[in-house]
Amino acid sequence: MTSSSASTTVSDSRTESPSAPSGMDWFLIAAIAGVIGACVNVLLFTPSELRQGLAQKIFYVHVPAAITGLYFSVIPMAIVSGLYLWLKDERLDRIAESLAEVALVFVAVVLCTGPFWGKPIWGTYWQWEARLTSTLFLSFVLIGYMVMRGAIEQPETRARLSAIIGIMAGCLVPFIHLTVYMFTTLHPMPVVLTPNFTKQNLSPEMLRSFLYSLSAFLLLFVAMARNRYRWATERDRLQVLEDQR
Amino acid sequence: MSPPRVVELSYTPPGFVRDALRVARKDLLIEFRTRSAFIAAAVFAVLSTAIFRFTWEQGRVSPLDLAPGVLWVIFTFSGILGLHRSFGVELADRALDAMMASPMSRESIFAGKALANLAFVCCVQALALPAVGLFFNLPAGQFWWGIAGVSLLAAIGLVAVGTLFAAITSNTRLAELLLPMLALPFFIPVVIPAAQVTSLLMNGRPFAETVDWIKLLAAFDIVFVAASTVAFPFTLEE
Amino acid sequence: MLLDVDAPPDRGMAVVASGLMRRFGGRKAVDSVSLELAPGECLALFGPNGAGKTTLLRMLGGQLKPTEGTVHLHGHQLPGEAATRHLIGLISHHTMLYAALTAYENVVFAAECHGRRNAQQSAMDALALLKVSDRADTPVRLLSRGLQQRVSIARALVHSPRLVLLDEPYTGLDETGARALTRALEQLLSVGATLVLVTHHLGEGLALATRASIMMNGSLVRTDLTPAGGFNSATYAQLYRSLTSQEGE
Repeated sequence: MTSSSASTTVSDSRTESPSAPSGMDWFLIAAIAGVIGACVNVLLFTPSELRQGLAQKIFYVHVPAAITGLYFSVIPMAIVSGLYLWLKDERLDRIAESLAEVALVFVAVVLCTGPFWGKPIWGTYWQWEARLTSTLFLSFVLIGYMVMRGAIEQPETRARLSAIIGIMAGCLVPFIHLTVYMFTTLHPMPVVLTPNFTKQNLSPEMLRSFLYSLSAFLLLFVAMARNRYRWATERDRLQVLEDQR
Repeated sequence: MSPPRVVELSYTPPGFVRDALRVARKDLLIEFRTRSAFIAAAVFAVLSTAIFRFTWEQGRVSPLDLAPGVLWVIFTFSGILGLHRSFGVELADRALDAMMASPMSRESIFAGKALANLAFVCCVQALALPAVGLFFNLPAGQFWWGIAGVSLLAAIGLVAVGTLFAAITSNTRLAELLLPMLALPFFIPVVIPAAQVTSLLMNGRPFAETVDWIKLLAAFDIVFVAASTVAFPFTLEE
Repeated sequence: MLLDVDAPPDRGMAVVASGLMRRFGGRKAVDSVSLELAPGECLALFGPNGAGKTTLLRMLGGQLKPTEGTVHLHGHQLPGEAATRHLIGLISHHTMLYAALTAYENVVFAAECHGRRNAQQSAMDALALLKVSDRADTPVRLLSRGLQQRVSIARALVHSPRLVLLDEPYTGLDETGARALTRALEQLLSVGATLVLVTHHLGEGLALATRASIMMNGSLVRTDLTPAGGFNSATYAQLYRSLTSQEGE
């Protein structure tokens, strides 16, 4: 049966796959290599902190992952979600979806690395204190976001409802940041992201290593988000073709 | 654009408060007739209190240390039970379509549903507070009024964000799973200050020590009520 | 009185739809649909399942935003403001009722939501029109499917809408209910309301229609059909067969 005149081919720039390179994604590989290099730098070439010793080196993974996950993934996801509700451009929905998944990866790194510091320093892997608890619940929101997307068939409904969740998730991030100021907590006070940001408490070598780690994590974030967006675009393009059959 | 050319003189333009109260009255009338959610929440509240009571080691943990947590666990999860049904009743026969096709604003529909949910949660709190007091042999005193007040204040924030997420998840196949999964993380900024105030009041601390927590709770109430009211119309539009 | 209008309707078109298109994902459910309906007209819309009739109806009622194109109701673009929504009544195979409330309570709630000042009297009048007054105090969940549908119709008509959108309204109705519905719709047409009726019941649809259209694959393939011009069940069956066989080629 051939298509009737009413079933026209829908193809526009919004679902055309961006020029995806064939073969290896060298950018992603370089980003992963950068993160591995940062870890090697921390372990072998960065001095240990006086009181905490080796356990303190988790700081160079834990904090960059937290900064990347919360401030470079969740907050942009909330902004992009708001833009989607305003502009109704499906590309914005794909960006938000990609940022949510990448954010979950980095939040998982935060939750997994924290206990390795907590055990030698606090004597316990986990404490139900405000910052840890709210970060854990943020991960639940991100998981819920993805589960909900899978439970809605209709693309426009899925995008619209996901955008609302994304905006609300963005509201949780300032709360998480402020928890260490609001509550008496075991979690260390901020060292880098403080009101006196220009006067850092770290020694020059430590600051260098921290910035190297942060740069590597941000590069990895960009590579992963880019890859995920491409996958989402290709998936939607195939879905459009499937719907037209 | 020219004004409407068909004049209907027996028509009263919509009013936010009147419409919200009408929706709330309708929801409460339905709940009163069916009592399905309230009975489920009440049974949950009493059973949970009993279970916590039986697992409590009386000599080692003071009831004043345990009771605030028990109270807020009960309030949080029984609230979820009520929230889930608030949109279930609208979607069963697509009654929500008829409401949306009426001149009532989306914000007034949200306010009405949230008011009804608030009344529901307050009824559960009114049952749970004496139950916890009784089961844990808590002393009588003026502090119970303070706890009732902070319970109401926290209920406003819980109900605002819970009503929004109930509207969102009712559109999905996994509503019973998604509602607690999405709503509970947003309850944390409300429940933590409320539980802190409850604990301070139960332990006889002066009211001045609770003021900062109450301010934090009120701030989150304002943020969540505003954000949920603005976001709600987007859950309905197509 | 239920079906009162305080001013004669405008002589211009009641409904003007231009270039309506609605996409769900990659699929066009409605494609390039334009139509005009005058006050007092009843358009019967026929077509196979999945043709886009319900989607078109929802766009005409302002419940669904078109991806492209516009709908105007008495000069106001839809989805519109409160005053415009007041002009629209919806009837479908979903009753849009609250099962725990009585028939009367459901219709009063609808009347109040639509700003009807004498809501209680309007509700009683609407229930009487659909011959269901004697069950006014019965909870809807205890009514038969047919009676629920009659209460649903009362709910939709209680505020004297100017545009009534009917999606399979005869579903579940017995002879008495079907006659009561037809009579109520005829009264609405006589005071200048506009109807768009989607139904598989050809007899009832053609009894009310001033004209008919056939929809297929999201488009109106025939819009020139009128009962007065000889369009009936037999001609529809013949036309339907020829259109579907053209689709299959």
